[in-house]
Amino acid sequence: MGTVPQVAWLIAAICFILSLGGLSRHESARRGNFLGIVGMLLAIGAAFWQAIESELLGGLSQGGLSVLAIALVVGGIVGGLLAVRVAMTGMPQLVAILHSFVGLAAVFVGISVFLHGHDSPEAPAGVQLIHDIEIFLGVFIGGLTFTGSVVAWGKLDGRINSRPLLIPGRHGFNVAMLGICVLLGTWFVQSPVPSSDLAALLIMLLISFVFGAHLVMAIGGADMPVVVSMLNSYSGWAAAATGFMLSNDLLIITGALVGSSGAILSYIMCHAMNRSFLSVILGGFGTGTSTAAAGVDRGDLVHTATTADEVAEALKNAKEVIVVPGYGMAVAQAQHPIREIAELLQANGTRTRFAIHPVAGRLPGHMNVLLAEARLPYDLVLEMDEINEDFPSTDVVLVVGANDIVNPGALDDPTSPIYGMPVLEAWKAKEVVVFKRSMGSGYSGVDNPLFYNDNTDMLFGDAKKSSDDILQALRR
Amino acid sequence: MIIGAIKESALGERRVAVTPDSVKKLVKLGYQVVIESGCGAEANFPDSFYQSSGAEVLSDRESVLAEAELLLKVNVPQSEEISLCKEGSALISFVWPAKNENQVDQLKQRNITTLAMDCVPRISRAQKLDALSSMANIAGYRAVVESANEFGSFFTGQITAAGKVPPAKVLVIGAGVAGLAAIGTAKSLGAIVRAFDTRLAVKDQVKSMGADFLELEFEESGEGEGGYAKTMSEEFIAAEMALFAEQAREVDIIVTTALIPGRPAPELITPEMVASMKPGSVIVDLAAQNGGNCKLTRPDEKVVVDGVTIIGYTDLPSRLPTQSSNLYANNIVNLLTDMTPEKDGQLEVNLEDQVVRGTLVTYQGELMWPPPKIEAPTPPPQKVASVDLTESSGKPAANSSNHWILTIVAIVMGAGFLWLLGNYAPAEFISHLTVFMLACFVGWQLVWNVTPALHTPLMSVTNAISGIIVIGGLLQIGSDWQSPSSLLAAAAVLIATVNVVGGFWVTHRMLAMFRKQD
Repeated sequence: MGTVPQVAWLIAAICFILSLGGLSRHESARRGNFLGIVGMLLAIGAAFWQAIESELLGGLSQGGLSVLAIALVVGGIVGGLLAVRVAMTGMPQLVAILHSFVGLAAVFVGISVFLHGHDSPEAPAGVQLIHDIEIFLGVFIGGLTFTGSVVAWGKLDGRINSRPLLIPGRHGFNVAMLGICVLLGTWFVQSPVPSSDLAALLIMLLISFVFGAHLVMAIGGADMPVVVSMLNSYSGWAAAATGFMLSNDLLIITGALVGSSGAILSYIMCHAMNRSFLSVILGGFGTGTSTAAAGVDRGDLVHTATTADEVAEALKNAKEVIVVPGYGMAVAQAQHPIREIAELLQANGTRTRFAIHPVAGRLPGHMNVLLAEARLPYDLVLEMDEINEDFPSTDVVLVVGANDIVNPGALDDPTSPIYGMPVLEAWKAKEVVVFKRSMGSGYSGVDNPLFYNDNTDMLFGDAKKSSDDILQALRR
Repeated sequence: MIIGAIKESALGERRVAVTPDSVKKLVKLGYQVVIESGCGAEANFPDSFYQSSGAEVLSDRESVLAEAELLLKVNVPQSEEISLCKEGSALISFVWPAKNENQVDQLKQRNITTLAMDCVPRISRAQKLDALSSMANIAGYRAVVESANEFGSFFTGQITAAGKVPPAKVLVIGAGVAGLAAIGTAKSLGAIVRAFDTRLAVKDQVKSMGADFLELEFEESGEGEGGYAKTMSEEFIAAEMALFAEQAREVDIIVTTALIPGRPAPELITPEMVASMKPGSVIVDLAAQNGGNCKLTRPDEKVVVDGVTIIGYTDLPSRLPTQSSNLYANNIVNLLTDMTPEKDGQLEVNLEDQVVRGTLVTYQGELMWPPPKIEAPTPPPQKVASVDLTESSGKPAANSSNHWILTIVAIVMGAGFLWLLGNYAPAEFISHLTVFMLACFVGWQLVWNVTPALHTPLMSVTNAISGIIVIGGLLQIGSDWQSPSSLLAAAAVLIATVNVVGGFWVTHRMLAMFRKQD
């Protein structure tokens, strides 16, 4: 009977792989989620089985069982509440805070394993060394994932100023912290005294907390998609490290899956901003040289302001319309009126589609979720590569709360800080309407020549109010 | 301040400098408006419209001129009109100071502030008051309409029960504002449109209007000062003429718009080319006023030579009086908006303002024209293919030899590390490492297939399954459940469960929202 849990875990691992596979298409996505749940139930059930059966652990006592049950129920209720109550605009925050939980759990398990390990008889030296390294590394990754995610959550939730915090000599500070951790690590694996080991582990944990928080503090609001996917990746590596500690292949596999998933997402996001992963992580974008570029004299250029009525008129006469949503749409909660506008236009015979830039919003795929929440059919929502060719044949482009992702300077101005970033070529359309609060520049602090084009009209004001007005004008 | 507008006295002129719409805007700027009765009649604006917009209608020109402190006109006023103007008043009109020296002199003597709409500098900020562009746009449109009127066939190709109709072929020479408008109009009538311009920079604009851009195998750009064309070299002109001669035999309509500032229009269509055109073809010469791009053009007339109709009308904007009055009046309102910063109905002449300075012809009894040269507008930075990306984009263009060294170092280090591992690591660790590496590759392959639209659900699912750490906690709770080790593990279980339940649940919620169009 000893290998039953292992078999169950094998099946659970397959379920998880199929679960991620299912997300490749909308049609199979729900089945994917279901498979994930099945895998998880199997895995937890098998763990219970093993815990009860295990000779090594001496079997679960009554008390242990009740503690477990309480932990599972309370955790389940909290998780359920979080999931039910979150608004779709709050998804980035939820994802960030969930990452922090994985990190914290990894820290707890790591310390627990350490405390437990010293109760058991001595293992062979090589095994013990590897085991110590695993614990140390697992706690380190867990610690930085925890605080990093908490800070990311704070920034996304507006509790912490989303501007990058740049303390002088921050790179040196980071390196120093890493160095101390390495020293503590060597001490940890060599010292035979458990109490000093524990001290080393705890000091390192504190440093990893500071490290994680400091790392994310230095990164600005619009780089959050990268940060959140990076933390996603870290939470996976933390789980994998725990798997190594416990010699559990399921944890290793799952951790590796999650870790590589987060790594790919980070890569996609960085690619979409034409920046290296390192430059994003080192932080500070949008404050250094780029602010100087924002001061470029645009005195000669004028923008044209327009009104909701005029936009409605243009939309009525259009045959092809593309909407480019950005984070501003999420902030203003404008997705519902925008969806209604799209419906009216469709009914009017106007082909209306949505173009999503990979880094629009604060989370990979954020815009898609918001539009889905507004009950917009997903086949009208296209990725940048699918739709970029179609702008020249488009009559009207509505840019709702987006800026840098439609900046023509990224393609033709080598002095622009965002030069080389792939962008939605909205300016090629016959007419562009930009919904914007004021003439301020975007996150990167880069001026946007699009606003001064002849075929660009600015619709100033709150995006929700503007789209409501357009909707009314269209209904008239 | 009182703004006045009178009926245009020039022969055949149907435009007017104020419209009922512009009156409303002028009133908002704090001005009073008086107009001569019937001034907008030719442009289909009856007096009653002006009245309801807030203008006062006076019966004759003399009383308007006597009252007006700022006169708005389309064409430069005649001598007798100027003599009726108030001394020290202001005038906004097309002036063409180089051609109308007498009137300018008279305006100067009567101490009238003259702003010439034809002298608005060609800079981005002044585009909204660029009346020449407004009129050129209309002229380009009308040119095609006039040619369609003379042309004996459809513009668009059709397949009818009676047989196939080929589409008309239109050649537009000069892709300025008028040329582009002509291209757009001809294209929307269904013709095949080709365009030629010495300035290669306009190629994209031509293509965006749907026309083919004819190119010479020649390295020379005709981009001159202020975005206008310049005179080209002889070799270039020879190649250009050969191209036109070839095109003339083929096309049905030619619209020429070639002008070089301060010179007579270049002759592009020779009588031989006209003779080689198909009978029934039409040439519209928009340069007729400046001598014409075709030698046979007669200004303000339509002539037929060798069966080819040559139209040389110079009043094309006036033939669309409502549209051109509207745009012209808007240009003036935009100028006055800039010059009335307080919106108090007081005209403020700011000589520091490039646009105002450029537009000013006479001011305080002095001739202000021509204005001092202003800096040429800086052309937009050209896209250069081989730009050094190292500094601007953060994407380091790695030196290739460096790159190789790094790769070799990485391989050596990796090999050394694996050798150490193989020598010292316990077998159990290696088997876990195998599983780990394989799982990384599986994950890598899987996640690339995930559609970007589902990236957020992907993150929440991975969130949920990374809660698998719950089993780590589960296995750590031992017999002694009160030990710190077990309590920590229990805490881990609790937190991880939040993840598992929260992650799966929210994913479910999200996925339920995605729906296909019914």
